[in-house]
Amino acid sequence: MEVQVNGKKSELPVSVKTITDLLVHFELDKQVVIVELNESIIDKQVHEKTEIQDGDKIELVRFVGGG
Amino acid sequence: MNLFGLLVVVDYEGKRVGVNNRYSRQELFSPIGKEGQQKIQLKHVLVIGAGALGTGNSENLVRAGVGTVTIVDRDYVEFSNLQRQQLYTEEDAIHRIPKAVAAKKRLNEVNSDVDVRALVMDVTKEELEQLVEGVDVIVDATDNFDTRLIINDISQKYNIPWIYGACVSSYGLSYTIIPGETPCLNCLLETVPLGGATCDTAGVISPAVQMVVAHQTTEVLKLLVDDKASLRNKLISFDLWKNDFMAINVQKVKKANCLSCGEKPTYPFLSYDQETKSTVLCGRNTVQIRPPKRMERDLNQLKHTLSSQEGTIEQNPYLLSFTMGEKRMVFFKDGRVLVHGTNDISEAKTLYHRLLG
Repeated sequence: MEVQVNGKKSELPVSVKTITDLLVHFELDKQVVIVELNESIIDKQVHEKTEIQDGDKIELVRFVGGG
Repeated sequence: MNLFGLLVVVDYEGKRVGVNNRYSRQELFSPIGKEGQQKIQLKHVLVIGAGALGTGNSENLVRAGVGTVTIVDRDYVEFSNLQRQQLYTEEDAIHRIPKAVAAKKRLNEVNSDVDVRALVMDVTKEELEQLVEGVDVIVDATDNFDTRLIINDISQKYNIPWIYGACVSSYGLSYTIIPGETPCLNCLLETVPLGGATCDTAGVISPAVQMVVAHQTTEVLKLLVDDKASLRNKLISFDLWKNDFMAINVQKVKKANCLSCGEKPTYPFLSYDQETKSTVLCGRNTVQIRPPKRMERDLNQLKHTLSSQEGTIEQNPYLLSFTMGEKRMVFFKDGRVLVHGTNDISEAKTLYHRLLG
């Protein structure tokens, strides 16, 4: 499946079906990340239930602490 | 350029003539103008942290002529800071000058019109409740979420906007939090990020710092000239090395039941017991020990006490450093001690009590 992540095309393996899978795929599952799917923010509670479709536009913003 | 642009004219008091020109380019910028410049000069900005983001923001704000800039930091300058912390020099690192002190010195040289206030202290809720009096905007230049969540609650309690900013490697992000309007940091985070996200073990390049600083300072200037309509209103992030830029409208994340900014706020991060709090400074192999009560440490007395111990003592007017083998302890006047060479709080405390009883 091909989606757009942060403005760039990204080919995802078949194992990636949900937002939770996507975060694991990008090694972001242990971080605080705001996920926007097709311009709506997806609550953390429903990451596991929210399925990704071919052609989806996804924005991921990761919180970091350094400064 | 006219003739006077090339000359440094000095009047009888030794003051440079032509200082009236100082803000001309900023005044020509129409969203600010002369009127905006006058507003800027009456405002007070509090910068929490004098590391990479703190030095960048405070230099910009002081050059812009903000009336009062308060800068607070708990640490001192080291050589590893010089790659990105733009106010410091090798001399500051050699003499281990507290960052707030070194920053103030440089900022005064840059613009003597600005009332620059420097404080060497660890910011917790007690300190912050006092520091925010009369402050118009708070700039987040900290390196940890514990302090940010305290800033977040204080901002809500006293109705003062603050600008979150952070960076690591070539990545950075920023968000402007306006009490009563935008979601707050507590709404955005939901859970407090664990150590992994706050450590700077991945390093950082200075352009990533500068980019976050650019966003933060610009938002501050918009607020200072009362141009709220121009605020960015989005959570932005970027990766300069990977050439990514992201912007998300997070307005929907605002929660009516948020304990920091919701309908019935309890300001949860202002109710923690801060007593004798010892903290591991992430990525630094350092533990900070805070004394149970606020105190003024007599560094000369301490030097006398430590002189009977095996180790090397170095002292400047602000702190005393004591090196024994692999460990180094730095004692500040406000009572805090940094124990370098360990990440183990109990080991650090043992050393502390062995030396000071």
